[in-house]
Amino acid sequence: MKRVYVNEEYCIGCRLCEIHCLVQHSQSKKIIKAYKEEAPQLMPRLVFEEEGPLSFAMPCRHCADAPCLDACITGAMHRDEETEAVLCDEDKCVGCWMCVMACPFGAIQRNLKGTKAASKCDLCYGEEMPACVAHCPNEALTFEER
Amino acid sequence: MSLSLLPPEFKIIRDDARCIACQVCVRQCANDVHIYDPEDDWIYSDYSRCVGCHRCVTLCPTRAITCVRNPLDFRANANWTHAMITGLHKQAETGGILLSGMGCDQPQRIYFDHLLLNASQVTNPSIDPLREPMELRTHIGRKPDRVQVRCEDGKVKLDTQLAPQLALETPIMFSAMSYGSISYNACLSLARAAKQAGIVYNTGEGGLHPTLYEYGPWTVAQVASGRFGVHPKYLDVAAALEVKIGQGAKPGIGGHLPGEKVSADVSRTRMIPEGTDALSPAPHHDIYSIEDLRQLIYALKEATDYKKPVGVKVAAVHNIAPIASGIARAGADYIAIDGLRGGTGAAPTVIRNNVGIPIELAISAVDQRLRQEGIRNQVSLIAAGSIRNSGDVVKIIALGADAVYIGTGALVALGCHLCQKCYTGKCNWGIATQDPYLTKRLNPNIGSRRLVNLVRAWSLEIKEMLGGMGVNAIESLRGNRDHLRGVGLNEVELKALGIKAAGIG
Repeated sequence: MKRVYVNEEYCIGCRLCEIHCLVQHSQSKKIIKAYKEEAPQLMPRLVFEEEGPLSFAMPCRHCADAPCLDACITGAMHRDEETEAVLCDEDKCVGCWMCVMACPFGAIQRNLKGTKAASKCDLCYGEEMPACVAHCPNEALTFEER
Repeated sequence: MSLSLLPPEFKIIRDDARCIACQVCVRQCANDVHIYDPEDDWIYSDYSRCVGCHRCVTLCPTRAITCVRNPLDFRANANWTHAMITGLHKQAETGGILLSGMGCDQPQRIYFDHLLLNASQVTNPSIDPLREPMELRTHIGRKPDRVQVRCEDGKVKLDTQLAPQLALETPIMFSAMSYGSISYNACLSLARAAKQAGIVYNTGEGGLHPTLYEYGPWTVAQVASGRFGVHPKYLDVAAALEVKIGQGAKPGIGGHLPGEKVSADVSRTRMIPEGTDALSPAPHHDIYSIEDLRQLIYALKEATDYKKPVGVKVAAVHNIAPIASGIARAGADYIAIDGLRGGTGAAPTVIRNNVGIPIELAISAVDQRLRQEGIRNQVSLIAAGSIRNSGDVVKIIALGADAVYIGTGALVALGCHLCQKCYTGKCNWGIATQDPYLTKRLNPNIGSRRLVNLVRAWSLEIKEMLGGMGVNAIESLRGNRDHLRGVGLNEVELKALGIKAAGIG
């Protein structure tokens, strides 16, 4: 399947991936409106790691053998049949955070502000290319099949 | 510490209605102009440090930032200009030489803008380069006085032994920019682009990083006065060698790479201790005459079995014609001439702005002189010093150059915004810096793609212009001043350029 790959050598630490991830998952999908009106309820669905000059975005790896799927007690975490992406059905999520514990990459976060559900990358479901990849100014993120 | 009298050069205007306080500008500015205040959840800009590089403007996701020249100005004075006054203030505060990056930014006459090209109408047909072959391939190196051939078994054989040549798919080369003055990623972008475009790049005086050896066939290795990074392998892998005598931005003076830019990798490549200043002496300490230059040229030829062209790069200065004649007679295979507006990573501003002559006049003078002496075929001429577009390429070739070196143009393609602060090592575009936070901003995959696009675009335009003139090979344009006319030039200038005024014939 097509995944988001990180080339940390060229990650410039601008965090535009985070910003556009948040906008993509807002109601309006308009950057100024999303930040000025909706932001308190929103959070980016990828984790950004930074230490010294090294930085990279860490969206969900959509593992073939995803531990979060086994850990989920409600079946909220599921694999999409069509795209093979690991998705979280926020209506089913009860916020037990077992997926957060199980994820070996730390790519799942708790959304305590808005949905109170597990927040994770959905590869911008329905879009041709995830927003983080489309807006990475230095091509440090790529969306490809490897 | 007393109050600085220097006014900010630029002003940052932040559109509060658009700013989302995402802090991209804060993270991207190496000059610490933008500061986030978590208490107010707001960003303030101390624009006294702004250099006008546009990094924040370009990356701001909401286009909330505008950078303008600071409208605060001194009382209008044609003599004591803004630049003069701030220069004096700076020197009064520091007691040092004023430094600049990039080429001369003063309004010296740009002769390219006073030259116009010809095109075919009725009496001779123009050529459509999309339908007919158009040759841009250029060979740099010594050409024989005459060619002897013989026929054997119905086949033509060449008896004359040809001198080594540097083959270029198009008459454009990337000029000397050293690893140290520019980042590894910038060097890699240039090397990869040169390979893809079938041209060459130049190592400058920075040696060659071992991982770039694979680009050797597209590399010109420079031997300059500091001899940094020169060793047998360096000479062996390159396609051509170049003795650097001078540089257009700073003729007559050496180079100075500050110790801060001499990282572990740069120190290994240059073969100097880490963190020490890399000082290139003003002259080569073994060259005090044309005869000495000949010794070095032949030492390099000897070291490489006479298999590579060896060129000499000089700055365009007074008497450039006899200097070039001497270099040709010293055995150089090509002469690269860098004009007044040639770029640099760092030069004293007063030298950058006042020393040298424009490349248009220099190339014309050298080409005419070498033709008069009957030795034009012995060397190729490479023009450097602010070749800004394909029109400049065509014009300088018509004035006698074989090919051009582009440095600033290539850097602009890589993202350079000509803020002229290369010497600070804080290049926000990841080009003129060794700071690991900044160098990764230049992705060589993107950089090489942009450079290849630039060379391709210029080549297409050159073909169109040649076609319009009714010429189907760049060879036919070289020194063909009939294709040029001058506008707004006086008789002395027209004579120096060897061209007619527009409207005269």
